[in-house]
Order: sequence, then structure tokens, then C-alpha cells
Amino acid sequence: MQKNNAKQVQLSHGGGGKEMNRLIKEIFFNAFDNPILRSEEDAAVLHFDGNLAFTTDSFTVAPLFFAGGDIGKLSIAGTVNDLAMMGAEPQYLSCSFIIEEGFAIESLKTIVSSMASELKKSSARIVCGDTKVVPKGCADGVFINTSGVGRILNSGISVKNLQLGDKIIVSRDVGRHGAAILMARESLALESELTSDCATLWPIVEQLIAANIDIHAMRDATRGGLSAVLNEWASASEVGIEVIEDAVPVCDAVKGLCELYGFEPFDLANEGTFILAVPDASVEATLEIMQRFCHCEQSAVIGQVTDTRQGKVVLQTPCGSQRYLDVPQGELLPRIC
Amino acid sequence: MISLKDLYQGFRDPDIIKSLATEIAQLAKQLPDKINIMEVCGGHTHTIMKYGLSQLLPDNIEFIHGPGCPVCIMPKERIDHAAALANRPKTILVTLGDMIRVPGSNGSLSQFRAKGCDIRPIYDPLDTLTIARENSDKQVIFFAIGFETSTPMTAVLIDQAEQQGIDNLFFHINHVLVPPAIDAVMADEKVKVNAFIGPAHVSVISGAKVYRSAVERYHTPVVISGFEPVDVMQSILMIVKQKVASSAKLENQYSRSVTEEGNLGAQALIDRYLSVRPSFRWRGLGPIPESALMLKPEFSHRDAELLFKQDLPHQEIDDHKACQCGDILRGLCKPKDCKVFGRGCSPETPLGSCMVSSEGACNAYYRYNGVT
Repeated sequence: MQKNNAKQVQLSHGGGGKEMNRLIKEIFFNAFDNPILRSEEDAAVLHFDGNLAFTTDSFTVAPLFFAGGDIGKLSIAGTVNDLAMMGAEPQYLSCSFIIEEGFAIESLKTIVSSMASELKKSSARIVCGDTKVVPKGCADGVFINTSGVGRILNSGISVKNLQLGDKIIVSRDVGRHGAAILMARESLALESELTSDCATLWPIVEQLIAANIDIHAMRDATRGGLSAVLNEWASASEVGIEVIEDAVPVCDAVKGLCELYGFEPFDLANEGTFILAVPDASVEATLEIMQRFCHCEQSAVIGQVTDTRQGKVVLQTPCGSQRYLDVPQGELLPRIC
Repeated sequence: MISLKDLYQGFRDPDIIKSLATEIAQLAKQLPDKINIMEVCGGHTHTIMKYGLSQLLPDNIEFIHGPGCPVCIMPKERIDHAAALANRPKTILVTLGDMIRVPGSNGSLSQFRAKGCDIRPIYDPLDTLTIARENSDKQVIFFAIGFETSTPMTAVLIDQAEQQGIDNLFFHINHVLVPPAIDAVMADEKVKVNAFIGPAHVSVISGAKVYRSAVERYHTPVVISGFEPVDVMQSILMIVKQKVASSAKLENQYSRSVTEEGNLGAQALIDRYLSVRPSFRWRGLGPIPESALMLKPEFSHRDAELLFKQDLPHQEIDDHKACQCGDILRGLCKPKDCKVFGRGCSPETPLGSCMVSSEGACNAYYRYNGVT
């Protein structure tokens, strides 16, 4: 077959003809190869038993490459994590690219290769996809949408399921992804060794499920950060949540960025950090499993569910006062995931 | 290597905060009257809210959140100016981040941006030079806001534009001054403010000297304070000590950064390009004489207010009649006394200045009230 020699993606690559076929076969099929994808039918044919979880997410991060990941890694980890957070084993993904005319083929290959290596961290496979090329200026480099389905192994995990006395656990230090993206933006011109927390969470969730941990609620703290997750929980479960400010792990680089720009680490996005609500009796076992994973060494209890101030999250400050932990408002971080 | 956290660590020490709270509570028993402390600056309001400092103080010490939030005090007609400028063909409007959220009479700058206007929020004003250079076929307008703290950055930007001969960069100046705002608050006979926490970074530029006349005129303590919680608690202790001794003087708690004379280099640069306006209308407080700056006539070739006058609306736009921000800023009433608070007026749809930004009193009450 004739090799694809173009250095930039052209409009013809989305035209449905020979060029598109070459692009799909050389780049996508090679990286994502599996029998269902290879069959090249109009739709993937899947077989399931039992209850399924189904989710979708679109990725439009700027810059496309950042410390600790790129848009490709994000697009797999993000959707796989959404399934994992529902106690579902990630199985099948779809993947759609919207590519701006003129986008470098080399960059596209790098992104696809990140996706392929991130896929290896769970049992998920890409079984269908689509590619569109839009004229220059109509997109910013590349946008990716992934959807995914997974078999539910642990039902009952829900935002509505927080119970009085549950302990709130965070899997690691918060705010890394948001901070890494901000630092990568040219206008900030900062230097640091800070990396995004972007990671697939299924391996650790699989272990928690295998150990029969009684997980009441579980969510990855993406846009809106820790604040958004806890406020959604308090409101959906009609409970209060009390958080000990000092107990929330935050690394020095994130603290520093927050100092400079007036942000709160609790409001910054994460892409591989999750929050759990478990009964007091399960705390020890949960932490023991989590701390086996290197990125969760700092996992910690940060608060608990209360029956006061329903729908609100109250932060206990180190100096003995309290304040509401509010949901972040407005345009703090435009387009980071 | 010095790390950022070394600079503030001791100033957030919970034990020091608690021991200052104990000392304040002890001494406050000797107070003849209640102290109503106005923290003029929004940065202090933020610290008080973030660390819940009012919960650590006895009942006879209360904060009145002052007019020191540059976003809050911008009257709607000035935001309409920004929108009108951004609406001009081949124009880029550049401003500091927070400003784009504030609603004018026809919407906020972020809404105008969504309609297609080229509006760019920046962190460093000097980035405007690059924007102007890269867009030489367009007129780039810097919508300058802020108190004395941010004025030097605008002065440097004007200076660089002049030196580098960047002819497509223009300025719409909205820089305001703290001392006239203190006068405006104290002008009302019913005002309850009887002590001030003076701004931190404003004072780094202007020097402690600018508050001397207020101390004498109103016989009230002014303590210039740093922004960390230990700074604020120590400043309150200094105010309580003055009140117990029936004295009223200017004190400088933030002595690690503030001097009597301030940053003379910055002051000289500001003087080169900017002069005092006869009057400026503040949202919530109304017109205050000599309370803001403008470009000097010799730099009128960069003055967007003059050059694009025909595009700018002239009408003054008042806040909603029911809005009581003016009284709240003077400590005459609390946000919850206002009829529209939390009903017609909320952070998403602010009717008055105090609800606009997280540093405003009503906004803070709306989000934090009821914790204890």
C-alpha cells in the first residue's frame, strides 16, 4: 500500500476517499488494533451480560501536550475513569477525532500512541471511530471525543448514597492537572517540575471492588476539583460534609501557583485523583489497598458526612474557624480538559 | 534556595493566630465601646473570609468591608465604555482577568467576547506590548483598572509603548485612589466606622504617609496591615490597644514591606504619565472628588477616552433603587438588611457593587453567612 507522505493533515484526509483510508489504516488501526475494529463494519457488534455503564466525554485541552500527559492520554483515562467511578469494568470505547487542517501528522501519531499505551492500563478497547478534518481556524489543533461502555461489577455507588458518618477519602494530592496546564500556558512563563496527575484509575478501583470494600460514592475530581465533587455529593445526598483543611494533601508547587494567582487547590482540576465515601469500618482496608499504588501513597481521610448544614460543605480551618467550601464560579480555567 | 512558602509560613501559623485571638479577647474586655473596623482593601476582606477571622473575635469587634475592590467600584457606564471600545472594528480590548465578569448595562465583557469581540484578559499588563506588536493592523486598547497597587504597571506599559514607538496601543484609565475613598466613607455623620485596617500593597507604593490626614481629621486609628491572617490579627490587636488607651495614630504592622515614603520610583513614573481627575463616580459611593487618575494631556495621543469619544456612552447609570451598597460600605446596615439581598441580587445577577466580586461584602455574606 502507498505510504502516507503528507506532513500535515489536509482537508482531503477527512473526505472519505483514499487519503482518509490511508490515514485511518496507518495511524489509527495500527495503534488500536483488535478483531472488532479490524472487521470494519458500519458499527461494532458487542455482546453483554448484566448491567452496563455508558459515558461520553470530549477533550479540547490547550496546550495539547503538557507535563505528565497529552490530549491522547487524557481522552482514554478520562472516559475509562468515568466508567471505573461507577464500579464498571471499562470494555469498549469509541473515538472521534476532529482535526484542524494543517495539523502535523507527527503530532497526531504521538497523540494516538499515547492513547494506545493508556489503553493497556485497563481492559478497554477502541471498537469504532470517526475522523473529520475541518478548515484551518475552525478547530484548535485537534479535538477528541471518546465514549465508553463497561460492565458494572459493583452496583450501588451513587452521588445519592452518602450516609451519615461516612468518611471522605482523597486518593492523592489535589490540583495537579489544573496547575500543570496553567504552567504550560505560554502567558504564565513558569518553570517547575510539576506534572499532571493524569492516570487511568481502573487498576486501583478493580482492587477495591475485589476486596469487597463497601463504596458508597466515588468520583474523579475533574473540572471544578475537590470542591465541585463534595458540593455535588452534599446536595445530591442531602447531607452535610465536613472537611479538615489541613488533612487535604497539596504539593508545594501547586501551593505556590495558587499563591501567585489567587487560586484554591480545591478548585483546580485533576485527571487521576478520586474521592471516595466509605463507612468508618472500611477506612483502614481502603487505605491499605490504595497505598499499594505509587500514585496513591498520599491517600488520606479528609473529612466526614454529617447531618448538619444539609447540602453544604464546611471546611475546618487550622486556626479553629470554619467556612463554606464553595463551588468554583466563572472562568477560572478555560478549556483545560 | 528560598521557597515561596518560606515567605508566608510563620504568618499563617494556627498557634500564633489563636494566641493573638486570646490576647485580643482579654484586652477587648476593657473597651468602652464597640469597635467597627473597616478593612478598606478587598485583599483583607478575602483573608478575613478565608480564615474565618471574625469567628475568632469577641462580639464587640466587628468588620465593615470597605470599598477597596477595584472591580466592585467600577460604575456600569465605565464597563459600557469597555464594551463600546471592544465593539469597534479592528480593535482588541485588553484588561485584567476579573474585569471581564462584571456586568455593565448591556452585559459583561465575557458576554461581548462570546458575541465576537476580541477581548483578552491578561495577568501581566506588559503582555499587551506583544499583542500590540503582533497586531499592528489593529487598535489595541488597554482598559486599566485598580488601586495604587496596579497603577505602576500601567505606567510602565505607557512608558514602554512610548519608548518603543508602539503607535497602535491606547489606554482607557480607571485607576482609583484609596485616601479619597476613606474620606467619602467618613463624610456621612452617621458612619459607624471608628478604626481602619490600612491596605498592604497599596501602601507599599504610596507609603504610610498618605493616611496621616485621615488619622488627624477623623481621630481614628489606622493600622497598615499585611495580607496574611497573623498580620490581620496583629493589626486588630494594635487597634484594640489604641482604643483602650484612647489614642488614634497611624501604625505600620506591615513594616517588612511598607515605608513612610513608599516606592518613590513607581510614584515618579506614575507622575510622568498620569494626573488626578477632578472627579470619578464610584459604584456604591457616587462621585468622589480627586479620587482617580487620567492620562496627562501630553499623552492624549494614547487616550482612548478622548480619541474614541464619539463611540462612548455618556449617560451615568445608577444601581437599582433598592440597592443599599452605599450604606453597607459605611457600616450603616448589613447585607441582610437590604430588601433585594439574595432575592433579586445574587453573585450571578448582582444589582449593586458589593455583590459583584468575591471581595465584596454582600457577595461574602451570600456565600459564607450561616456557618456559625
